[in-house]
Amino acid sequence: MSFKSFSDFMPRQDILSFAVLALILLVVLPLSLDIFRLNLVGKYLTFAFVAVGLVLCWGYGGILSLGQGVFYGLGGYALAMFLKLESSDPESTRIQSTPGIPDFMDWNRITELPWFWEPFHSLTFTVIAIIVIPSLFAYLIGVAMFKRRVGGVYFAIITQAIAAIMTILIIGQQGYTGGVNGITDLRTLKGWDIRSDFASYVFYFLAVVLLFVCLFLAQYIRRSKLGRLLVAMRGQEDRVRFSGYDVANFKIFVFCVGASFAAIGGAMFTLQEGFMSPSFVGIVPSIEMVIFCAVGGRLSLVGAVYGALLVNFAKTVLGETFPELWLFAMGLLFIGVVMAFPNGLAGLYNSYVARYVDRLLDKVFGPQRSSDAYRPASSDTVPPAAPGLRQNSTSPTEGAIS
Amino acid sequence: MFSEYSATELGSILAMQGFAGLILFAVFVLMALGLAIIFGQMGVINMAHGEFMILGAYVTYLTSNLFANHFPDLFGSYFFFAMAFAFIATALLGALVEWGMIRFLYHRPLDTLLATWGLSLILQQTYRSLFGAREVGVVIPDWLMGSYRITDFIEIPINGIFVMILAIVVTFIVYLLMFRSSWGRQVRAVVQNRPMAGAVGINTARVDRLTFALGCGIAGVAGSAFTMIGSTGPTSGQLYIVDTFLVVVFGGAASLLGTVASAFTISQSQSALEFFIGGSMAKVLTLMFVVIILMFRPQGLFTLKVRR
Repeated sequence: MSFKSFSDFMPRQDILSFAVLALILLVVLPLSLDIFRLNLVGKYLTFAFVAVGLVLCWGYGGILSLGQGVFYGLGGYALAMFLKLESSDPESTRIQSTPGIPDFMDWNRITELPWFWEPFHSLTFTVIAIIVIPSLFAYLIGVAMFKRRVGGVYFAIITQAIAAIMTILIIGQQGYTGGVNGITDLRTLKGWDIRSDFASYVFYFLAVVLLFVCLFLAQYIRRSKLGRLLVAMRGQEDRVRFSGYDVANFKIFVFCVGASFAAIGGAMFTLQEGFMSPSFVGIVPSIEMVIFCAVGGRLSLVGAVYGALLVNFAKTVLGETFPELWLFAMGLLFIGVVMAFPNGLAGLYNSYVARYVDRLLDKVFGPQRSSDAYRPASSDTVPPAAPGLRQNSTSPTEGAIS
Repeated sequence: MFSEYSATELGSILAMQGFAGLILFAVFVLMALGLAIIFGQMGVINMAHGEFMILGAYVTYLTSNLFANHFPDLFGSYFFFAMAFAFIATALLGALVEWGMIRFLYHRPLDTLLATWGLSLILQQTYRSLFGAREVGVVIPDWLMGSYRITDFIEIPINGIFVMILAIVVTFIVYLLMFRSSWGRQVRAVVQNRPMAGAVGINTARVDRLTFALGCGIAGVAGSAFTMIGSTGPTSGQLYIVDTFLVVVFGGAASLLGTVASAFTISQSQSALEFFIGGSMAKVLTLMFVVIILMFRPQGLFTLKVRR
């Protein structure tokens, strides 16, 4: 898969939207916010990882996973286990009946470090595990489901059940996982205090950089042949299958990518907040992650980032001042975004703002080649809520497999 | 894990847990029936189903208060009125939701899932504002209290038996409605081929609305039954929604018999395991078992052989 030119990989509008996002995240926000608020933005950004993964899975692939919290949690827990082991060295845990193991294990009368905790003494292993374990798990789920052509609604329900199982398991196995409180009180990374203001700045910029790595990767997938195949599959899965493609493998791949993005987000959360708990794993957080993606626009990578930032910001503001209003607002958001704005913020941008921006770009940089010109392709919209409309998007341009 | 019990003890334990499981079974069946109609027949994922159930429970709670305060003589029979009220209230709300929301989303099942989830959040918060965050319980009439003693070890609570009988009766009524009435024939015709059903003169929009309302109404009855065995809070419904969906999917979405069979399997295995390895692990094992079976048999236990 290669692109003929750079503008095949990133059309002008995409370069602009990536650049604006980078400007906001790297310059505007760090200069205008104090460290406490910047840390909050950093926390919201960890959900943007999940939302970007969901754009690929759900927006492009048509695979709605209601279990992204599981992968977010796996990534977060993997790092939390490493940090916990580091902060519970025999020296600082000598008042426990078994020094050298995490405090919650001691409280649950476990006298030996369980075998699956052992490898997390190594940072290298942990970093690899953050990506590999969730991807492997997603691969297993994907193979089991997609190879049997289970998709759509059934996939959503089963991933949701997996999220439920995971939460019950984590809460139930308190001695091994820290139970409902999760793994807390994480202090240092290789002897370096992760709770200082300086560390917060470092982690914020690390999160932004990693987010852009994910965004570019997602953009690559989106603009490549794989991205076109995903759109084709979302519309007419059978036709793609009849054309000789193994549909399941593409779905498994994109689901694994989504899972590993979510896991990176989870690990960044652990770094910035210093804890990980089952409250980010279960059904409710997982479905909230879908709404971040839906608000931003399920087909827009950059939109998903804005969606995650805005919804979480609203949650913090409304949730603190009017907690009872927040659930109403969230409920209305779900209904509104599905019924009135299926393309989210990105859809609004595309239908009202994009053409003016395009004209402006024409003036500044001269008109572009006609093939790059902005046109609302059918793959960039979801049909509006109307009875009798099927969610097909096989226009002559998008349905053809290049 | 079996070795520390003698054979008779083990038998009694299994029997006791079996009866406890039957009560769970009854709640599952009542909840899953409504969902099986809505999901199996219409393809709509109603994530607010648990909240419809809780609406039924709150209506039952209000009715019991009404009878205790104004008609104390009739208090023994308030439950039957409560069930009727619960059915009517939830069916009306269901029809309203279908009219305002669901009918626009029939071809986008994943979107019905998100929209109804939003609805469930709004309903939860409404309950919290109206009834408070604390759980409420109803006063169970005297004749439903107590338990039968069969042997020294085995006791069956009467309210459990009542809920079970209720589940059987409701299942039978649903069966008659869906498979032995002309209305049920219309519903099945619409499910199998909507344009043709419309072409022969069936008002498909009306059938859709009534089907959705019926499914929600049954959830209301389930909520009534739920008050007999547990207390009601704004988020009680959410606890059951995943289990219920698994019951429906496991049973095979369009099959009533499958729904009943899978409700029985899931509730019994959960209840029997609960005694030996604790509630949370029992639930984990049961759900995992169901998910693994579904990976091998995605269409569920029972399927209708329909040419699509």
